[in-house]
Amino acid sequence: MTHNQTSAIVESPARWIRSRNRWTIFEILFWIATLAPLYFFPAYLNLASQVAITALFALSVDLVLGYAGIITLGHAMFFGLGAFTAGILSSRYGWGEPISGLLLGGMVAALAGYVTSFLIVRVQHLALIMVTLGLGLLTFELANSLRWLTGGTDGLTGISTWKIFGYFRFDLWGYTSYAYSLAVLFLGFLICRLVVSSSFGLALRGIRENVQRMPAIGSDYKWHLRKVYTISAAIAGIAGALLTQTTNTVTLEVLSFQRSADVVVMLILGGTGRLYGAIIGAVIFLVAKDQLAGINPQYWFLWIGILLMAVVLFMPKGILGGLSRLIRRED
Amino acid sequence: MINNIVIVLFDGFAFGMLLFVLSVGLTVTLGLMNFINLAHGAFGMVGGYVTVMLMRQYGVPFLLTLPLAFLGAALVSVVLERIFFRRLYRSGELNQVLFTIGLVFVAAAGATYFFGTGQQPIVLPSWLRGSVELFGIRFGVYRMFLIAVSLAITAVLFFTLERTRFGAKIRASVDNQKVAQALGLNVERIFAITFALGSGLAGLGGALAVEIVGLDPSFGFHFLVYVLIVVSVGGLGSIAGSFLGAALLGIGDVAGKYLVPELGSFLIYLLLVAILLVKPTGLLGKR
Repeated sequence: MTHNQTSAIVESPARWIRSRNRWTIFEILFWIATLAPLYFFPAYLNLASQVAITALFALSVDLVLGYAGIITLGHAMFFGLGAFTAGILSSRYGWGEPISGLLLGGMVAALAGYVTSFLIVRVQHLALIMVTLGLGLLTFELANSLRWLTGGTDGLTGISTWKIFGYFRFDLWGYTSYAYSLAVLFLGFLICRLVVSSSFGLALRGIRENVQRMPAIGSDYKWHLRKVYTISAAIAGIAGALLTQTTNTVTLEVLSFQRSADVVVMLILGGTGRLYGAIIGAVIFLVAKDQLAGINPQYWFLWIGILLMAVVLFMPKGILGGLSRLIRRED
Repeated sequence: MINNIVIVLFDGFAFGMLLFVLSVGLTVTLGLMNFINLAHGAFGMVGGYVTVMLMRQYGVPFLLTLPLAFLGAALVSVVLERIFFRRLYRSGELNQVLFTIGLVFVAAAGATYFFGTGQQPIVLPSWLRGSVELFGIRFGVYRMFLIAVSLAITAVLFFTLERTRFGAKIRASVDNQKVAQALGLNVERIFAITFALGSGLAGLGGALAVEIVGLDPSFGFHFLVYVLIVVSVGGLGSIAGSFLGAALLGIGDVAGKYLVPELGSFLIYLLLVAILLVKPTGLLGKR
């Protein structure tokens, strides 16, 4: 945060919050542009759905990492819980109604988030990274050993998702999948936007900038952290359920460390603590992966590694951070 | 039954000692500079490939490749430290985590480019193969060798840290970097040397690990989790803590996979989370 901005908040927090809640022309144009794949790139609709789902997942990570400063290497745990909840609901109990599947996936993940948030607020620094990592790996191993429920390494089969609102059937080309994913992403974005542009969002920034001072000004920072962690887990769970419903498969990959690490990479790439960074990062990461892996899958690792090192050394605030510095609109 | 317990303890301890050699360098550098170096496992991989290539291409005896693996990894780490890492000492932990993870990615791609994705087996000299029978239990010779080497390294480390001038400088810098600097210690140089030694040890560990766990380009990732567990459970900056953590992890891992294979590594991760919740600074960590 720049000095000017901080003083603006101090002068009138209410006005600052009002100004944050206003929509700019760039935002409106951005969301109109997200409709482009439906009309101009129908061959890439499946990729576009993946991007939208991953962007929602990255948004959930931005809430905890970008705003509250909790470095997590295990967020796939919530994504996977949501994905498996939706999958088990359809594959084992024959219930394929999408909206209720999403909500249930989100609720299960939120419950797990609430329980683990008590552990998260107890630790800092390396121990915090290790606890998130440990919890993520723990969930993966658990899912792997509960074969009767999760299908183990084979994953779940026989998932079928019903028509959305009993009307929109999932088509082969992915029109419904993308429209559905995009709609959920937009709703998730609205929720995140509300959260970070509120007094609660301000408290989270305070925690990120200086934890010690928060109790001194009468702020119960642990309760704030638990709240944001639970909200973030719920959104990650919804993203996971969305993946299950649009692909009709779930494998253990949804819980993997790779997924936890990738999402952090995307977020850093796009820029943390600005919501749009999560979306831009997901777009660039997945499109680049799709293109580069097409040329030579082995060297995807090389590119992503070089990209990471370059971002840390030359663009510590991510692509959006670099852009906003270029056009001198520090935000 | 009792035989099985003894063999699990023995194999687990040997594996733990391997983890100790691989991770002790990271413990010291983390305690010294608070620099989270996730590429530590990649230095282990460098050591592993040095040994494999020397043995296969030039027929160098296994024992002679070990110090060369140490030197190779130390050399690579010094170059990287001077060019990249020292820029990141003052930046946040997230940047350190990301940069070093990026380095692991590049190292994995590099290893794939030069050596292919396959496993790289080595043929040990005959006196390290097979097993010996003691009290009706068969102990693997290589694992006994591993334990002996690791204990020797531990002894050297303790002696260096507790009884030499350089060790005292390191301890002073770990305890309080600012005061150490004020007293005229060149903390940055001490750190550079310690970093090279620690990475060299990782290289040695990587060379020793080829026979036990194999070697392929994913080595840096695979051992990252183990190394981090040892460091965080043992406590930053504490060599004794690392020793304890590594022994616990090794025995726990082998015992868990032997006794309840269906749970996989579940118990290890459960233990990790539990220990960190009770003692966030690790078993023997001070900060």
